[in-house]
Amino acid sequence: MAVFSTSDFKNGLKVMLDKDPAVMIENEFVKPGKGQAFNRVKLRNLKTGRVIERTFKQNETLESADVADVEMQYLYSDGTDWHFMQPESFEQYTAKEDAVGDAKKWMKEQDVCIVTLYNGAPLSVTPPNSVVLKIVETDPGVRGDTSGGGGKPATMETGAVVRVPLFVQTGELIKVDTRTGEYISRVKE
Amino acid sequence: MNTFRVSKSSSEADWQPSCDQEALRIRALTLNRIRRFFDGRGVLEVETPLLCHAAGTDPHLHPFITHYRQPGLTSGADCYLQTSPEFAMKRLLAAGSGSIYQICKAFRNEEYGRHHNPEFTLLEWYRIDFGLVELIDEIEDLFLVLFDGMRALLPSKRITYRQLFEQWVGADPISADFAELAECAKRQNIPEASSICGEDRNIWLDLLFSHLVQPNMEQGRVYFVYDYPACLPSLARKKLGDEAVVERMEVFIDGLELGNGYHELADPDEQESRFDADLAVRRQLGLALPPKDQRLLAALSHGLPDCSGVAIGLDRLIMLMAGLDQMAQVLAFPVTRS
Repeated sequence: MAVFSTSDFKNGLKVMLDKDPAVMIENEFVKPGKGQAFNRVKLRNLKTGRVIERTFKQNETLESADVADVEMQYLYSDGTDWHFMQPESFEQYTAKEDAVGDAKKWMKEQDVCIVTLYNGAPLSVTPPNSVVLKIVETDPGVRGDTSGGGGKPATMETGAVVRVPLFVQTGELIKVDTRTGEYISRVKE
Repeated sequence: MNTFRVSKSSSEADWQPSCDQEALRIRALTLNRIRRFFDGRGVLEVETPLLCHAAGTDPHLHPFITHYRQPGLTSGADCYLQTSPEFAMKRLLAAGSGSIYQICKAFRNEEYGRHHNPEFTLLEWYRIDFGLVELIDEIEDLFLVLFDGMRALLPSKRITYRQLFEQWVGADPISADFAELAECAKRQNIPEASSICGEDRNIWLDLLFSHLVQPNMEQGRVYFVYDYPACLPSLARKKLGDEAVVERMEVFIDGLELGNGYHELADPDEQESRFDADLAVRRQLGLALPPKDQRLLAALSHGLPDCSGVAIGLDRLIMLMAGLDQMAQVLAFPVTRS
């Protein structure tokens, strides 16, 4: 296992912190002119998403984390497990519910997602930034309203609920930003 | 008007400066104002070598080492790029130069970040018969001149290290035991402090001061912090009548350290024992052991006039004058583009 010293620290570095994999998101070199050098670091725990602030003395080390982001196709869910496939190797991976997390309300079968592998097993799943989903239920809107103001809740085929403009109807396809959960536009079939 | 386009990170734009034209202008103006300030006060500008046969022994400063091949001298000699012009300037003082100032480059290996570049510009000056109070007065006068027409500063604050430390850390830096310091660190969300600092008071003070005191300094106010704990003496004299502290000061703006000043240690025996103490720490840490600067010791034996001196990091100062927060924004070419 590779080991990183404070001089190797940089944003994006994947390391082990308190026995969990974490990614470095900020690294500040702090040194009193005549004193000890430190690195003040912010890390995101890749399991919990929590951001941790930590200080290291110069030349302290962290173990690298065996973490990789891999594009995979979402195949299906059997209710307890979510199944993915790496398109080039056809290798299949099984993710548990806590790894899929919020991504499950945006994923449709065949969608390509980023699966973060930790020691070869899915740790988390990131859906595409925007997805196209069908509305399965929403109140009929007021005819002629095209302003988009106000809006109403609509349930997607994946179960997600998105606020949509009043003119959008059940059965239509819409594009949604998965990072914010917001409606972007209607999509023609 | 001739303006640079500011920093692209892509490698094809690396030939361009990382600062804009305005930063170059402020730097030129600053150098000009500094020279006028000291000329007006009868302080002599000097130049001393950047390439030296000895370096500071400070365990936390890592000099660049190079090899000098002198014609006629088969083996040559290791030389150091100086980490501060202090020793050479003290030799001038001992030789009778009178009050002197210098604007020069200093080099410190293993330092790079938002506020660090391994090569940087120092303004260093020494005043004969000045105590720390007179020196602080002069720094304040200089800042008034340099900040004129730039960013407005709040009236400065002079405070002892002990008072400021107690205010923000909640413990006495000199008498608190390690358990008490650990408790303060834990309460303020640095639980890892104990494992980093162990039983080394200097590291404890460096960590707590940089993490808890500096960030709490008021923006826009100049802080002169004085009476440093005796365990952080650097090259300052012990304070007469108070063994717990030394006659050392540091100046900060926006919580950023700008310079270190001392009522200068003149006793050659005390100087040598500080070299030895530094070298002992270096040996323990497995660091290189630079030679003690015998020429400095000889100069002190000859006699250093009573004086105080300070070194100010000019790149940081210019950055603050311009209201910027990255040193690269005021350097033509930081090390990543040098």
